[in-house]
Amino acid sequence: MPLNFDDIRRVADLARIEVTDADLRAAERELNGILSLVAQLQAADTAGVEPMAHAQDVTLRLREDEVTESDERARFQSIAPQVEAGLYLVPKVIE
Amino acid sequence: MVEASLSELATALKARRASSVELTRAALDRIARAKDALNAFITVDPDRSLAQARSADARIARGEGDALTGIPVAHKDIFCAEGWRTTCASKMLADFVAPYDAHVIGRFHAAGAVLIGKTNMDEFAMGSSSENSHYGPVRNPWHGEFVPGGSSGGSAAAVAARLVPCATGTDTGGSIRQPAALCGVSGIKPTYGLVSRYGMIAFASSLDQGGAFARQAEDLALMLNVMTGFDPRDATSLDRPKEDYARELERPLAGLRVGLPKEYFGEGMDADVRAAVEGAIAALRALGAKTVEISLPNSGLSVPAYYVLAPAEASANLARYDGVRYGYRAPEYADLADMYCKTRAQGFGAEVKRRILVGTYVLSHGYYDAYYLQAQRVRRLIARDFVAAFTHCDVIVGPTSPTVAFRIGEKVADPVKMYLSDIYTIAPNLAGLPAMSVPCGFGANGLPVGLHVVGGYFGEARMLNVAHQYQRATDWHRRAPAAFAG
Repeated sequence: MPLNFDDIRRVADLARIEVTDADLRAAERELNGILSLVAQLQAADTAGVEPMAHAQDVTLRLREDEVTESDERARFQSIAPQVEAGLYLVPKVIE
Repeated sequence: MVEASLSELATALKARRASSVELTRAALDRIARAKDALNAFITVDPDRSLAQARSADARIARGEGDALTGIPVAHKDIFCAEGWRTTCASKMLADFVAPYDAHVIGRFHAAGAVLIGKTNMDEFAMGSSSENSHYGPVRNPWHGEFVPGGSSGGSAAAVAARLVPCATGTDTGGSIRQPAALCGVSGIKPTYGLVSRYGMIAFASSLDQGGAFARQAEDLALMLNVMTGFDPRDATSLDRPKEDYARELERPLAGLRVGLPKEYFGEGMDADVRAAVEGAIAALRALGAKTVEISLPNSGLSVPAYYVLAPAEASANLARYDGVRYGYRAPEYADLADMYCKTRAQGFGAEVKRRILVGTYVLSHGYYDAYYLQAQRVRRLIARDFVAAFTHCDVIVGPTSPTVAFRIGEKVADPVKMYLSDIYTIAPNLAGLPAMSVPCGFGANGLPVGLHVVGGYFGEARMLNVAHQYQRATDWHRRAPAAFAG
């Protein structure tokens, strides 16, 4: 079922990307084009086939529970859009 | 010096017939002169590069150093390099100065290579033409009205135009091999897990793999010797003994079994590409290889599976660009949610947004099983096809791209048409297999054609052997675009 403007608005909201009404027409055409390409997957017989998440079916390694990183707070905050007293600043969330 | 390959330059440096400072100055000069014609680089920093060159010369003077010591290497602007602006060709990261080195960058530093600059690319590696860059499109050195391929188009163009002897790239669905083919250079994507993804800006983590561009296969072996190796900071890095990727270069091809997938030689490939690829197959036979027809029955599903899995992973990976810790933040907003939405709408380009939306949709409630899980199941079918095929052959060959380079602007309005330029390159990423492209002739408008060589898991040394023997028998890889020759 093709996506309509409301579907696209909902997905864009989930993705935290602002879409204007002017964006919607092109988005509708392009996204539905891509979805009809991927719809070919539905015809594939995958009964009994395990999903493959990774090229090598390796399990994640565990490591010793110890500190391996040094304190880089000042360096990492130097590239942030807005910081104060060692904190990242964002618009007020709770009134 | 311009015509010298990486291997030849390494020999010249060791014999003190050239210095790293000379090579570095020459490369910087060629990069500056080609800037308007190619737009292959986003950032150069001559003082930094020359400082590295001087310390490489000092190292060589002490009788130390390896093959890459003193060699100018261009890095795709997806690899974080401490103190270097690292943009991923996005407005989102236009002012981002990396606070640390990617594993790959660290390996080249340790080898004494010179970081000559950061190359232009499709934004966040999403594209097949290097047109999706905040810094403008890259141009093909063979013909400026045509694309160089993508996403690592700047690296491919820089090597093709003889600005540098070698460069790094990344390959998620063909982003090294397709631009290598379209620019007439050699490029390799190793087995998934051999090159650490630490500090390599993430697009689709289960597919992303670093690799290399150079004039010839012999040089790619030297690059892989530096780039590969276990890194505990990448959870998918493979802990394997170190290999010398040049060890099989001189092996004769007699007895080599070359698999030709019947699905790749049917409809879909342009006649000029077919003629060049068939010429290459004849050359391999003349070197003693036997060809066998094989089948990859699910190969037609690789593009659809990829355009579920890659956007899904991208939508999760790119959630980090929220205007809080680094990168772009919209100048005006009403509240926190509005800040996220405006930051991301303004900071990302059209193709990146398109893929985030597709990825968000296929992962959303009610659609996950039908799209994402089904794509992962198809991925296993595709991987099984290769495993079965490799019981009959040692390498698989075919075209890298169904066409030679297309015109700038030709496919921008139709995303699906653009996606189909990676129809032959995507399957090895899904399966995690190593694959490469080597120049094998020319087609329409005098544009290069690439031969795709796919190996079994950890088959890099054998693939490089096949490519090297082919390159000893042919001279396609020595051809340079007229505007940039000698």
